[in-house]
Amino acid sequence: MRISKSPWLLHYDGSSCNGCDIEVLATTAPRFDIERFGIINTGNPRHADIFLCTGGVNSQNQDVVRQIYDQMPDPKVVLACGICACDGGIFKDCYNILGGTDTVIPVDVYVPGCAVRPEALIDGVVKALKILDEKNEKMKRGEYRSLTSSEYAAKINGDVKEAGDSEGEEKTDA
Amino acid sequence: MTTYSLISVILYLILSPVIACLFSGVDRIVTARMQGRRGPKLLQPFYDIMKLFSKENTSVNEIQKILVMAHCFFAVFSGAIFFAGEDILLVLFALTMAEVFLILAAYSVNAAYSEIGAQRELLQMMAYEPMTLLTAVGFYLSVGSFKVGDIIRSDVPLIVKMPGFFLGFCFILVIKFRKSPFDLATSHHAHQEVIKGLTGDLAGPAYGFSELAELYEEILMLGMAGLFFISSDKISIIWAACAVVILLFCMSLVDNIFPRVKWESLLKSSWIVTLFAGGANLVILSLVR
Ligand code: SF4
Repeated sequence: MRISKSPWLLHYDGSSCNGCDIEVLATTAPRFDIERFGIINTGNPRHADIFLCTGGVNSQNQDVVRQIYDQMPDPKVVLACGICACDGGIFKDCYNILGGTDTVIPVDVYVPGCAVRPEALIDGVVKALKILDEKNEKMKRGEYRSLTSSEYAAKINGDVKEAGDSEGEEKTDA
Repeated sequence: MTTYSLISVILYLILSPVIACLFSGVDRIVTARMQGRRGPKLLQPFYDIMKLFSKENTSVNEIQKILVMAHCFFAVFSGAIFFAGEDILLVLFALTMAEVFLILAAYSVNAAYSEIGAQRELLQMMAYEPMTLLTAVGFYLSVGSFKVGDIIRSDVPLIVKMPGFFLGFCFILVIKFRKSPFDLATSHHAHQEVIKGLTGDLAGPAYGFSELAELYEEILMLGMAGLFFISSDKISIIWAACAVVILLFCMSLVDNIFPRVKWESLLKSSWIVTLFAGGANLVILSLVR
């Protein structure tokens, strides 16, 4: 069975203006009914397969983002939703902002938009599901284990991060 | 153990997860339709459980895994005793054991939400245990035996003699099935105030085992509800099946209508129902006997 038949997601609101969060909530509400894809919005990192992050990372929430990510069991994918989560967006130059989600944890799919639209979000989740399946296959063969946040920190501090560096990274242009 | 009971235990072990998953799939679709949505696929609960078992095996500590396995074992075991036609008191005690293991698992992780969930689960047990024990007593007073094998051989369906008990049992069934308004400890929906509470810190296969145990437990509870309708007449099995389906539908309805209550209301309401429905029936039954 493919793991993508039952993806449970976790939404975390970083340093955002809340615009993206409202769109994320709209996506998980009855109008778009994501439960028809088997998706459940779980509030619990230990049960989640998809980490949906909106807003940038700041000096206060960076540990929270790391902890949530590390608590999720493999296989897992991370979606950066909205420009703020992709690279810090409009808040990029603020004194407390470190940047997008990928400054602290590896991101698999970037969903652009300010605010990100539900259609783009669903599109991003569908892309994430493919990656989730690939990771699961690799994990079964014992070839894959995702980086922990501290390993990731060592990696991006060691060598300057290049575009398309993390495995399976994909950009949507929804 | 007769061959007949052996076969029914084997059927129980194999079919329970399948049937309970189907029930839960239908429940999720019905719930979605009540809310004007399409809802997930019928087999969604299967996919969910299979997924949980294919996830990474992480756990906060070693003891947590063992406790969850023990929970699952006792849940399956209590159902096996029931379907073997043995003593219903033994079934209830084994079931309590199973619950206790899950609570210990939640306490073992030393996390805030799990702890609140475990406390609430204890409160839930306080709410439903009196009624389950009273039901067993009711069966004894009606047929003169605690054995499930004898209870199903009564001349009339026991609902005739025990309507009060049945009412009380239906009430606590809502607690047992973790349906709103009584889903305090943990809920099928994640958006509650203590997130997943009791099962919040179980990840991957460990959570899978607790879900599996719940499926077995559900079938056991539905079996107990069916006991009220089964008599020596073979046709009564159909009535029991119909009753179970109606019961499940009513629980979906209740789940969608009522918001979650506070624990005080949970205890008060379940004890009042136990006292007035179960207690009154008990008095009448012992007087008439
Ligand atoms: S991307 Fe735009 S809408 Fe979304 S959080 Fe940032 S500023 Fe707000």
